[in-house]
Amino acid sequence: MTASIFSIRDLSVQLGNADILHSVSVEVGEGACTAIIGPNGAGKTTLLKCLNRILTPASGTLELRGKPLGTYTQKDIARQVAYVPQVSTTSFEFTVYDFVMLGRYPHLSPFTAVSKEDKDAVLYALTLTNLLPFQDRCMTTLSGGERQAVFIAAALAQGGSVLLMDEPTTYLDYKHQIEVLALIKRLHREENMTLVLVTHDVNHAVAVSNHVVGLVEGRVCFDGTPETLLDGDTLDTVFDTPFQRVPCAGQTLPLVIPGDPA
Amino acid sequence: MISPRNSLILLLVVAVLTLALCPLIGMKWIPLSTILHADSSVMDANIFWKIRVPRVLTAFLAGSALAVSGMVFQAMFRNPLATPFTLGVSSGASLGAALSVTLGLGFSLFGVSATSILAFVGSSVSILLVYGLTRLRQGFSTATMLLSGVAVSFFFSSLILFLQYSAELYNSFRMLRWVMGGLGTVGYDSLLSIFPFVATGVLLLAYVTHELNLLVLGDDIAMSRGVDVRKTKRLLFFVTSLMVGSVVAVCGPIGFIGMMVPHICRLLGGHDHRYLIPASLLFGGTFLTICDTFARTVLSPAELPVGVITAFLGGPFFVALLLTSKERR
Repeated sequence: MTASIFSIRDLSVQLGNADILHSVSVEVGEGACTAIIGPNGAGKTTLLKCLNRILTPASGTLELRGKPLGTYTQKDIARQVAYVPQVSTTSFEFTVYDFVMLGRYPHLSPFTAVSKEDKDAVLYALTLTNLLPFQDRCMTTLSGGERQAVFIAAALAQGGSVLLMDEPTTYLDYKHQIEVLALIKRLHREENMTLVLVTHDVNHAVAVSNHVVGLVEGRVCFDGTPETLLDGDTLDTVFDTPFQRVPCAGQTLPLVIPGDPA
Repeated sequence: MISPRNSLILLLVVAVLTLALCPLIGMKWIPLSTILHADSSVMDANIFWKIRVPRVLTAFLAGSALAVSGMVFQAMFRNPLATPFTLGVSSGASLGAALSVTLGLGFSLFGVSATSILAFVGSSVSILLVYGLTRLRQGFSTATMLLSGVAVSFFFSSLILFLQYSAELYNSFRMLRWVMGGLGTVGYDSLLSIFPFVATGVLLLAYVTHELNLLVLGDDIAMSRGVDVRKTKRLLFFVTSLMVGSVVAVCGPIGFIGMMVPHICRLLGGHDHRYLIPASLLFGGTFLTICDTFARTVLSPAELPVGVITAFLGGPFFVALLLTSKERR
């Protein structure tokens, strides 16, 4: 049993007057790649945003490496946990290098120049994401897929070992989806990072993760391995829709297609 | 767009030239030989050192403060129209000044007139009101804050109109004149009353440069990078508003600089606040100094309110820049 990175117990979250999460309890182990799946409005992004205190829960406990998240400063959290938001259509007028350098914020002090360690971390992040040739380009000139890679690079430059990703492949074309999924696998398997990603694409979740959490209307309705998710009718319950399983050459798990057979 | 470093060098050269030349210009050109004359009884030397130099320095400081405050509010709210003025600071200050005129207050404190003091109080009250209204709603969100500011601004403006409407003709004109903004009565006292606020404000802004760059990306990203967004916004809100309050108390509400100068600086050298803070300070100061020199010379010996000039010169310049900019918006 690996040590827990996140221990979430009876977590409830309200946004305005709406109850978004109800008594959610989940453990995320060190080195795991956890996919949070569920239909729209299930509370996936809300749960993700609680993990680095972008949102504060109404009740329940949330521990990061055994310590309550509330005892950390925001900078302390950022040194350990990085976050990649949904693909943004907004453009920022920074060069790729400067934008990725902003990821070093939790390590920077006011009035001091960036150190060699900061520059090395940025170069490492740009190399991992194949962005070195783009480093002097302005963010406004990049495609959606390239911009997503820059956001991942900035998160990697933060230097933590935990990466939270919100819908990392949504709105990307197939080529960029495959590239981002390959990068996620690489970060998990070769760089030993702990990943928590939100997605509503079950095939992507199954392809990259070793732990799946299914949310429906703010409650956990599945917590297990990808293999168990595809057994029986669990998946159909999570999404309230029937799925077909299609065997895929070279893969142990089948692909799933929503809908009844024609 | 030229490189940020070259933009700064250019702005610095123009600022130094402006500061060196503008005190010489006026109803009468004062030659260098007269200024360097040791005899303090020479009238032109007196005009230069006791009237024009403090006025030019105050204009520069005020322009810098207004521009950099606008820059901060635009970053904080991620909205090109957000400035302390749109958030009610100027209407609060104007209400304070209008009240002082209505009540006929004639006292002064440490050389600062009752009108200035009430204007400062007015701007502070509007800041506290906007902040209080925002706190009533959870989240300190951009939309709530902007709407609170606009609401406060409209409310104070209606009170000013009421005071103006019910005032005698002379007082009504004094109120109108104050609302137009001007640097006609400033001296070293005014300069010294603004300086501590602006100097402290600029130092604090230099301290949070990285935070400003991250706030532009949105609250979620800023928080995920480790910025204590709530604390940083509170600090920025009060520091810049007090900085603007001190300027408005002395010079009246000189509009347009806070909105226009940061935009032009962004078009010139980019969006990084390590560049944008010094650029806004230099450009804002230079711009208001030049506008004020126009204001006191164009209809000489009469003076135009400088607020009229800033809008008159700034508006078309801003539109031209937006239309000719080749940047992808």
